Amino acid sequence: MLAAALLLLASGCTDQTDQTLVFARSADSVGLDPALEGDGESFKVCDNLYENLVAYCPESTDLRPQLARSWEASSDQLTWTFHLRTDVRFHDGTPFDAAAMLFSLGRQFYRDHPFHRVEGTYRYWKDMGMDAVVAAMEAPDDSTFVIRLREPYAPFLSNLAMNFCAAVSPTAVQRHGSAFFKNPVGTGPFRLQEWQRDERLVLARNESYWGARPALGRLIYRAIPEASVAYLELRRGSVHGLDSVSPEHVAAIRADPSLQLLAEPGMNVAYLAMNTEKPPFDQVLVRRALNHAVDRQSLAANLYQGLAVPAVNPVPPTVWAHNDTIVPYAHDPGRARELLRQAGFPSGFDTELWVMPMPRPYMPQPTKVAEAIQADLARVGIRARLVQFEWGTYLDKVYNGEHPLALLGWTGDNGDPDNFLYVLLDKDAATKPGQNIAFYRSEPVHELLVAARRTSDRAARAHLYRAAQEIIHSDAPWVPLVHAAQVVALRAQVRGFRLHPAGIQWFHSVYLAR
Amino acid sequence: MRRYIRQRLLLAIPTLLGVSLLVFVMVHLVPGDPAQVMLGERAAPQTLAALRHEMGLDRPLPVQFGRYLLGLLRGDLGRSVRSHEQVAVELRQRFPATCELALASMLLAVALGIGAGVLAALHRGRAADQAGMALATAGLSVPIFWLGLMLVLGLAVRWPLFPVSGRLSPGLSIAPVTGLYTVDALLRGDLRAFADACWHLVLPAVTLSTVPMAVIARMTRSSLLETLGQDYIRTARAKGLPYWRVVIHHALRNASLPTLTVIALEFGYLLGGAVLTESVFAWPGVGRWLFLAVQARDFPAVQGGVLLMASVFIAANLAADVLYAWLDPRIRYDS
Repeated sequence: MLAAALLLLASGCTDQTDQTLVFARSADSVGLDPALEGDGESFKVCDNLYENLVAYCPESTDLRPQLARSWEASSDQLTWTFHLRTDVRFHDGTPFDAAAMLFSLGRQFYRDHPFHRVEGTYRYWKDMGMDAVVAAMEAPDDSTFVIRLREPYAPFLSNLAMNFCAAVSPTAVQRHGSAFFKNPVGTGPFRLQEWQRDERLVLARNESYWGARPALGRLIYRAIPEASVAYLELRRGSVHGLDSVSPEHVAAIRADPSLQLLAEPGMNVAYLAMNTEKPPFDQVLVRRALNHAVDRQSLAANLYQGLAVPAVNPVPPTVWAHNDTIVPYAHDPGRARELLRQAGFPSGFDTELWVMPMPRPYMPQPTKVAEAIQADLARVGIRARLVQFEWGTYLDKVYNGEHPLALLGWTGDNGDPDNFLYVLLDKDAATKPGQNIAFYRSEPVHELLVAARRTSDRAARAHLYRAAQEIIHSDAPWVPLVHAAQVVALRAQVRGFRLHPAGIQWFHSVYLAR
Repeated sequence: MRRYIRQRLLLAIPTLLGVSLLVFVMVHLVPGDPAQVMLGERAAPQTLAALRHEMGLDRPLPVQFGRYLLGLLRGDLGRSVRSHEQVAVELRQRFPATCELALASMLLAVALGIGAGVLAALHRGRAADQAGMALATAGLSVPIFWLGLMLVLGLAVRWPLFPVSGRLSPGLSIAPVTGLYTVDALLRGDLRAFADACWHLVLPAVTLSTVPMAVIARMTRSSLLETLGQDYIRTARAKGLPYWRVVIHHALRNASLPTLTVIALEFGYLLGGAVLTESVFAWPGVGRWLFLAVQARDFPAVQGGVLLMASVFIAANLAADVLYAWLDPRIRYDS
């Protein structure tokens, strides 16, 4: 009897059911309605509360079934039929079915939907162009959900894996209305237990989860604004992980056996855009000269402390269709001077280099990066004056093409190459105000990108995107600078945490080793 | 006295209106379109237009101000554009944390500041005076941010006596009544949570108390010195009253008037939120919230936050004036 009791006690000790993991981040979530939010800290929590028809694979942006068991597209690529799981319930007990899915997406799409007009904007639905893509949605029976498109649009399926397309409990939205963002109800492996703003956000395991039971009983997010304080909490063991790692702590974390550091190139790109509408950057020779002048290797090593890889393409290596056969412009000031001479600028020229006023995820030290580039350009005779504006003004001016040279970057949304190339370099995005701030208008590139949007075959699309990247490389509207790494530091006993290219932080399989 | 308080409260209304107008004009004069700031790199024209409309930025300024004032009259501070939450709710969630920290810091600052000031005044020119005043000068000049980090490094990491940051250990939770964790824990009879909340308060309160403590110490010293030189003190001593009684009953009471003003003002400052201390200790108060709101150009949040600060300041000043009259019978506001 005693032995049995001891055995029971011992098994209780190794049981992971009551494990609590504390994770620190630099800011609290803004809200937890997946369709309304726009900030990363909100999405990181939503990743664990909600699920979608399709989801990204654990370590890539390839897609796998989630709330849909399977799906098929009609031969004209216009009708997408999803066959839903029938064993799923929301945290509040509401069954998940096609009507719930229609509600979740329909509130964003149909203007006459009772929950279309809410506090806030369904900004990602708009931003990802879903209004222009979707023609209608239907729920013919409980387990079948149909989306009809206006035209074939291949990145559409990747969009469905994004947070804004998550299934929300219609009961909860109807009950809480505009307060749903603080009373979130999804189908995910965790549910919201407590939220003290700016302090802690506590998720508890969803005991009736349809998939494998999560190992953690509780997951506590703490908002710790100062990176050094968060690091001290990690060292002391009062938090188990953090994602606001300051480069200055990297070496210490790597050297500490009680800690582990995960890093991989993020799904982002930092770039120097040359305004192709403004001389001398209307000349391809000048643009290529700048590509030879800037030392990206040194930028990545010195200003990102190695937590970045030099960029060759606009598309980061973590996104499929990244063209790794392109030979980068070598750092060669002599060649740059030669190209400038050929372009008619033997003694260089004066210009302005615009730089954003605040750190961005893809560029933590913009002013230092600008100074390094300024020095690189000076070496080939280009005298660039640094220009800075307040962030909102900066964006407004660069979108309107007032700059000759400007620094900016992009973090990918859905892991599709279209989300980099079409958004940032297609001629459609060069209409002012436009996100193509090189105002690069290439008809061949446009044709390739539009063709890739209309093709559903992944291999064929990859072929088209690779061709587009070659033309872009040759036309050189940008100096692609770096792809900044995403970094997470954890206590050594944390297991099962995987970095995802899209920055998703799933805690479903995470546990603490004893 | 009552009439006086009523008058002061009535006078607060135009002051607050003025503050609202000033803040409204200022936030709209600052360059940078808040919708653009919020969307950043993904400000596609159609999203930008939708967000500008949602934020009401596409309406003329007087209309925007009119709507804001109308809301205020109904007790509605509007919604934060960042979080879609009522600004009043946002403030209610964070103000208790600021209050708790400010109260703890003030308690420390008053006790230590007055103590040090009295000691310095009584030992004028001697070692205690010099040490006390050196400490006060250091308190005034040491950067709060640095001090906070040093305290954390020393007393939370090197010798882990206190927690590094936060208001409560992650595993604990207190059902809110007032929002002041120490008070709520006592009300709920949860001594463990009370001890934990106090334990979390120590380092941030010490950090935040340095400046007011220094100011209070210097003020106490100088006004006590001035009072000790008065004739009535000499008379009291000549009557044969014990020295400590003279100091406490006669000198300190009279010397406390300017100190009280300083205390009220400093308390007002602290209640407005302490951005740096809140940042270092991950303290979820209004200071850091307001700082982020300014950064995001969250107009309704900034307006609500500043209005709260102004109200707190007016209340603190009023409290000081009322205490004046209570301490000094010569002051009669009614006349």
